[in-house]
Formats: sequence, C-alpha cells, structure tokens
Amino acid sequence: MRHDAHVLIVGGGGTGAALAHDLSLRGLGVTLVERGELTSGTTGRHHGLLHSGGRYAVNDRESAVECIEENRILRRICPGTFELNDGLFVAVEEEDLEYVDAFVDGCEACGIPAQRLTRDEALRLEPNLNPAIKLAVRVPDGTIDAMRLPLRFFATARRNGAVIRPYTEVRDLLVHDGLVSGAVLLDHVTGKEGEVRADIVVNATGPWSERVAAMAGVDVPIRPSPGVLLALRGRMCNMVLNRLHKSGDGDIIVPQRGLSVVGTSSWVVEDPDDLTVPEDHVERMYAEGSKLVPAVRSADRRAAWSAARPLIGSKGADTGRELSRTFKTFDHKETDGVEGFVTITGGKATTLRGMAELCADVICRKLDIDEPCRTRETVLLPHSAYYAAAAA
Amino acid sequence: MSTTDTRTLRVYRFKRGDGAEHFDEFEVPVGPRMSILDALRWIQLHRDPSLALRHSCLHASCGTCGVQVDGREELACVSAVRDHGETITVEPLANLPILTDLVVDVGEFFARFPEHPIIRASEADGYVRLEDCIECGLCLSACPVAATSRHYVGPAALVAAQRLLEEPRGADREDVLAWADRPEAAWGCHLGFECARACPAEAIPAERIMALRRELAR
Repeated sequence: MRHDAHVLIVGGGGTGAALAHDLSLRGLGVTLVERGELTSGTTGRHHGLLHSGGRYAVNDRESAVECIEENRILRRICPGTFELNDGLFVAVEEEDLEYVDAFVDGCEACGIPAQRLTRDEALRLEPNLNPAIKLAVRVPDGTIDAMRLPLRFFATARRNGAVIRPYTEVRDLLVHDGLVSGAVLLDHVTGKEGEVRADIVVNATGPWSERVAAMAGVDVPIRPSPGVLLALRGRMCNMVLNRLHKSGDGDIIVPQRGLSVVGTSSWVVEDPDDLTVPEDHVERMYAEGSKLVPAVRSADRRAAWSAARPLIGSKGADTGRELSRTFKTFDHKETDGVEGFVTITGGKATTLRGMAELCADVICRKLDIDEPCRTRETVLLPHSAYYAAAAA
Repeated sequence: MSTTDTRTLRVYRFKRGDGAEHFDEFEVPVGPRMSILDALRWIQLHRDPSLALRHSCLHASCGTCGVQVDGREELACVSAVRDHGETITVEPLANLPILTDLVVDVGEFFARFPEHPIIRASEADGYVRLEDCIECGLCLSACPVAATSRHYVGPAALVAAQRLLEEPRGADREDVLAWADRPEAAWGCHLGFECARACPAEAIPAERIMALRRELAR
C-alpha cells in the first residue's frame, strides 16, 4: 500500500540508489537529491569488484558472509550487469602459502565456494599470470559495471514513484528544536533555490557524511580514506586476480571491458573533494600488479584516479587499512537527540542492497510503518530505463 | 614541472530559465597529468560550484564525461590538458539537447536505440564480458549525418542493433532487422567514419554499421 510518509535521501551513490528502491517498494514517498551526476562521488569510481567475500574470509567473517549473501542476490536481481568469471586468489611467493589453509577454512566457514587449483590449472585459466606462482584458490568474484548497477536501482525506484533529482545540491537542512524537517536545495539546472519537506532526511553521502551531518549540528565518525586505482589498456585476465595474503596495496586486478584495473592504496584525508593521485602510489600499482601479471609492467596507462572510501572510525586512523569495512545506520535521535535525521554509511558496492534493507527497516520503525523488504526478489529494470523515464 | 603553469578554459554555460547561453573563462593551474575533467572539477571546487557536468568512473569505462574539447569529441577524464593549447574551449556534446552547462539530455540518446536488452554482457567466447560500447554519445556528436538529420538514429544505436543480431539475448531477430532496415537507421550512414575516430572504447561503430548492412543485404 502507499503511505503518506516522505523521505528525502541526500546522495546519489549506490547506497542512496538502493535505499530509494527499497523505500519505494515499501510504498513510501521518496525524493533523492545529488549535487552532481548520479554516481559521481565514490560509487562510480570503485574498482568494480563484485566480492565473493574471499578478501574478508580470514580477518572479517561478518563482512565475508554479507558479501557472499549479497553476491548471490545481486546475480539474481541484476542479470547482465556483471562479468561473472570468478576470481583467483593467487599464492605468488613462498610466504603466501602460509595463508592458504586459513583462507580456504575461512571461506568454508562463511559459505564461500573455494576450489584449490594447482599452478598449472591456474595458468591454463589465466595464461598471463606470473609463471612463478605456487597455486591458486578459485572463488565466485566478478566484475561490476560500477555505474550501471546503481542506475538499475534508480530506474526501478523511479518506475515505482521515487523522484530522482541529480544536479541538486543541499545548501542547508531545516532544523528546529531538535527536529530535521527538510532541506534547502539549489537546483543547478535552473540556478534556483527551493525547499523540500520530509518526515525523515537520510544522509547517504559516503565520505561527505560528516559535512552533511554538520548541517544538522551532529557529528558522524567518518574518515574519508582514498585509494589510488590504475586502469591499463588491454584485458590481461578474465577472472579477478587477487594476491593470496593479507590485504595490501596493489594486490588486485579487475578486468573491465577492454581494461585491466589495478588497485589500490589507502590513506586518510580531511576533504573528499580535493583528492590527489600521488605518482608514487601509481608506481606501486605497477610494481605490485606486475607480481601477479608481469605484462602489467609494460602496459599503457589509460587513467589513474583516486576514490574516497567512507570508512567508519575515529580521528586517530592514518592509513585507513585498520578501519572496518562494515556499514552502519546512525539514528541521530538515539546518538545525538536530533529527530528526523538518519545517516547510512560505510560498506561497499557489493552490499548496497543489504545496507539499504537495514536502513529502510530503521526508517520504517521510526515512522511506525509495517512493510517487509521486497528487494531480494525484485529483478531490476535495465539501466537505460532510468533515462527513458527521464525523457518521458 | 611547474605548478604555476596555467591555462584558460572557455566553458559553455547555460541555465534553464536564465535564457542566455554564453562562455565563461577560467584560469586554471595545470599539473603534469591533469585531465580536462580534473580542470573542470578544479573550477567547480575553487571558482564556480554552479558549473554542472557529468562524470562517474574517471577511467573511460562509464561513458558519462563526454564533451567537445576545441571542437572534438573526447572523454574529459582521459583528455590531457597538456595536449591542448593555451586557451581550451569546452562545450557539451552536439546533436543532443542541452540540459544545463555541459550536461546533455541522455534520454534523447537512449530514445534512438532499438529495444535495450536487460543483459548487457557478452558470453560469446566462453567468458562473460560487459559490452564494449559505453554509451558515451561521442559517436553521435561527431556524426555528420546526425548533424543534418534529426531522425537519423546515429552510430551507437546501430552498434546496439548489430550486437543484438550477433548475440540476441532474448531480442527478436526479425524485429531488429526491421528496425535497422530504414533510411534513418542502417541506410542513413554516409560513410564519414567520424564515429570510428571518436569512439573511446573498442566498439568500432563504422565496422559494425557495415556488418549490419551486410546482414540486411543477405
């Protein structure tokens, strides 16, 4: 059924997309605003890995289980938006072998199918791998079309009544007596200012969360943690190639169309708008990536860029690697005594739907609406339907 | 490397309800690896936050940041400032309606396509690969036929049709052939090959248009 409640979502990345879709399916009114093009923040820039959960199977089993569950759901609801060629975790050096048993055990404990391959079996699957590798483990990783996956959520949300407004910037939140009741918007298409009212405003701005939360006078402990990624011309593999060891710099190569993307590094910044691409990080991507695939060393650089992860953590962090990869919904009534304002942040592209489900549960509870989540079964429209609806 | 090196960007501006289109000029400090997109985002951050533009992946994979740089179609994210002169003119793509500033109406681009399949990945060679065409619109903007005929569907839509014939993924072959067999579709191309020059991916529009014609002529 339709409900009178109206939710304003700030932020047009993957999290906002999945939340707009979830709330629309539950019958709530939704307006989503994004200051630029949809997915122009962190979402569109990620390496495109559809996680099997393997990367977290040893040190963060909660995240690993989330990943494999959402991986299976996304395959079902977004057919055609992934390169589903699995991934290899590759032992390149002797010391990597110490990690193999813990990795396979971790995968089994988390329900992630993991198949041990000999060196020769791995090289048959991926002939460009370093011939000196020791062995590999195959898991159901894949490649995501980083923009078109969220666009399918936006397209379906819009079909179900959500109003999606890119090029619309939040100038301020409407706050009175501890209650957030809407926002002041600047429409960059017309250059005009206006207001929109809402029962709940959701801050889904990723690494910009702290800035938007400050408009409501509250603090969220977000550390923008950028990483450098390097896109090389040429497709050097069909499977996602990972180093079989504790997460580190330059330890993954993700094929995307005719490109190979090597990632990533990790540090912490104050301003997510002002990201640099340190040349020594790019050099590290070449050096580390070529340990997996020697041809990386001489490949042509198509682009190098930085993307800021929205990691949850205290001001003390300095590399970002020590911060959690999980997500969190802050109901600011509970944390700060401010009603009508919720922040959803952290997480990763693979878990966008699951993040949205939990956040939508919080929102419905606050609004006293009893509607189940329906996003696990709803197959999403093609990404182009987003623009078709816009043109209509 | 000198960080005091600057270039002038002449940027097309238009806001709805405001009426007058014009160019604004910005002096931008230039680093050694700076892209046109970096320069435009520097303007947004340091000079004029109202400048509207499209971008997402920053590595030529999403297809959103297409613009005309000194009159030629480029993805701003992989167009190096240093490859251009002292004054660089940036305009929106041609042959599509302008929404605001450098943003064109992408709905008009997709409206030209044949039926759009829900599966946009190929499984032809034993593994899955996302479609090479990134739907950036550079080919349509560069196409001399599209510049003179509003009804011509343009290269990207013809690439999509040819791919549907190659790998139907649920599409009806006869429907696609009927869609393509029109003067404003496969027969509208005048072999200018500007699309082949403009394509930043590996979609090779001109070759695929010729392949589509061969299918129609069989």
